[in-house]
Amino acid sequence: MILLSTATPGTATADSPRALVYELSDVGKTYARNKVVALENVSLTLGKGSFSSVIGSSGCGKSTLLKIMAGLIPPTTGRVVLQGRPVTGARRDIGMMFQQATLFPWLTTVENIVLPIRIRDGRAAAARAREQAHDLLEVVGLKGFETVYPNELSGGMAQRASICRMLITEPAVLLLDEPFSALDELSRDFMNMELQRICTERDATAFLVTHSIPEAVILSDRVLVMKPRPGRLAEIVEIDLPRPRTLDMVTTPKFGKLVDYIRNLLDKEADA
Amino acid sequence: MTATTVTPRLEEDPAAGDTIWTERTSWLDSVPRAVSMAVVFAVFVGLWQFVSWLEVVSPIILPTPGETLADLIFVGQNLLSGGYMLPALWITMKEVFYGFALAIFLGFSLGVLVGETSFGERAIMPYLVAIDTMPKVAFAPLFVAWLGFGIESKVALAAFIATFPIIVGTAAGLHVADENARMLFKTMGATRMQTLIQMKLPMGLPQIFTGLKIGAVGVMAGAITGEFLGGGKGFGELIRVAASQLNTPRVFSLILYLSLLGLALFASVSWLQRKIVFWHKDRVGETHA
Ligand SMILES: Nc1ncnc2c1ncn2[C@@H]1O[C@H](COP(=O)(O)OP(=O)(O)OP(=O)(O)O)[C@@H](O)[C@H]1O
Ligand SMILES: [Mg+2]
Repeated sequence: MILLSTATPGTATADSPRALVYELSDVGKTYARNKVVALENVSLTLGKGSFSSVIGSSGCGKSTLLKIMAGLIPPTTGRVVLQGRPVTGARRDIGMMFQQATLFPWLTTVENIVLPIRIRDGRAAAARAREQAHDLLEVVGLKGFETVYPNELSGGMAQRASICRMLITEPAVLLLDEPFSALDELSRDFMNMELQRICTERDATAFLVTHSIPEAVILSDRVLVMKPRPGRLAEIVEIDLPRPRTLDMVTTPKFGKLVDYIRNLLDKEADA
Repeated sequence: MTATTVTPRLEEDPAAGDTIWTERTSWLDSVPRAVSMAVVFAVFVGLWQFVSWLEVVSPIILPTPGETLADLIFVGQNLLSGGYMLPALWITMKEVFYGFALAIFLGFSLGVLVGETSFGERAIMPYLVAIDTMPKVAFAPLFVAWLGFGIESKVALAAFIATFPIIVGTAAGLHVADENARMLFKTMGATRMQTLIQMKLPMGLPQIFTGLKIGAVGVMAGAITGEFLGGGKGFGELIRVAASQLNTPRVFSLILYLSLLGLALFASVSWLQRKIVFWHKDRVGETHA
């Protein structure tokens, strides 16, 4: 892991004193099928309630990293520990969100949201969780759409519903793989602010894969920059903008500097 | 905020012409469906009448529309009054019904086996494909030899023909679920059974119903072919007898009533599809029933 030199903007000197939620040590992944080394020697820790983003060129292993952290695929080397227990499969304390909302068209919005409960604890528990789902829908501004089927929802509404589905199990960790990249800019900004509010409210630890540097900067405490072939962590940029973050911070010089800095890192890596 | 001026100003270009945009549709496409169907029917009957009137074809081979209509009414009366044709129709309906039920059971089970397990896909699918490429009607004599001249041999042939499209539809349906949906179910900690029943099967329902519809058509063909080749007392036998007596109007009207049965079966499957797979718009299902 490379620590930032002091010359960079937004450098934090020490790790925050928060309790560690995630610990990844020397995680590597080689896909057996095509012998692609998707990840090599990735070590990182996430503190409780922290927000980290991963940024890097396409194919540098971001989704692979996320899937390993979620216990969806096994790493070839290294280990992942979440809340003191090694991750060896799907975990209840993880909530995940993907680029596509993936709501199931035969279920109403509420039924989609309580689906994780239904899978884990059965129909009765799912029925009990409905009330909670209604509350969540209200939070994301989808009140009144409870009994609507997903093909009547817009892309942004569907993605908001999928946030509710992720939150219904009250996960301690949110793993987000480009969750808003299919949305228009305005909805995206709005969703990002919502996400920040939700994470702060629940003291949830978030790990976000994104292609947007401003998005990474506005949301994160730390931005992890990845390099491709083999995928590895190149640099960790601490973002010391004050919290709560607001959209107008985008115009501040500090924000601009951070964005430029990260963009340079990515450019350098692209040239190399 | 100051007002923004756009240079050059956006002005309407008189040379651009009419900006009202209309979709060009042929007048033929704007005729109501019932009317166009009636016209096609009238033209067809007219041509038929014309050919009969010219007598280029022997009237024994091609009856006139009038004769056919008369026989259609006769057969209809016979069926409605519980004449000798009704039990025959009933037998064929039973064959179709049992054949379809059997095909659904077999097709669905094999489809799940082949679509869900890699054992099924690797070890069973090749055999199914091999059998599917055979002309299945050729098995009719075998079924008769095994099961006799009763309805069993017809049920077997009907089911045999209808099973394959249902297998294919089910297996294809189980592969519809995309990576995201699979990942999602995995993150929820779903078991294989839960993933199958709560995600893969519902996602594959459109394909499964396509298989069922093709099967519904096949099951009719199977039952009638079975009756042609294996005797019995069904509607197919009536057709065979009428044909052997060169009673062509009767053949035509029996076929028409038979097609009503087929249509009813197809329509019920389509109806069921619209009820169950309400989120999926199926063009084939819309145009029927
Ligand atoms: N299931 C798989 N089997 C084989 N190789 C894979 C698989 N998934 C990903 N890879 C390979 O691993 C590398 C990293 O893929 P990954 O999806 O993690 O990239 P990514 O950073 O998420 O890219 P993007 O930004 O485009 O989403 C790529 O070279 C890809 O070809
Ligand atoms: Mg990815």
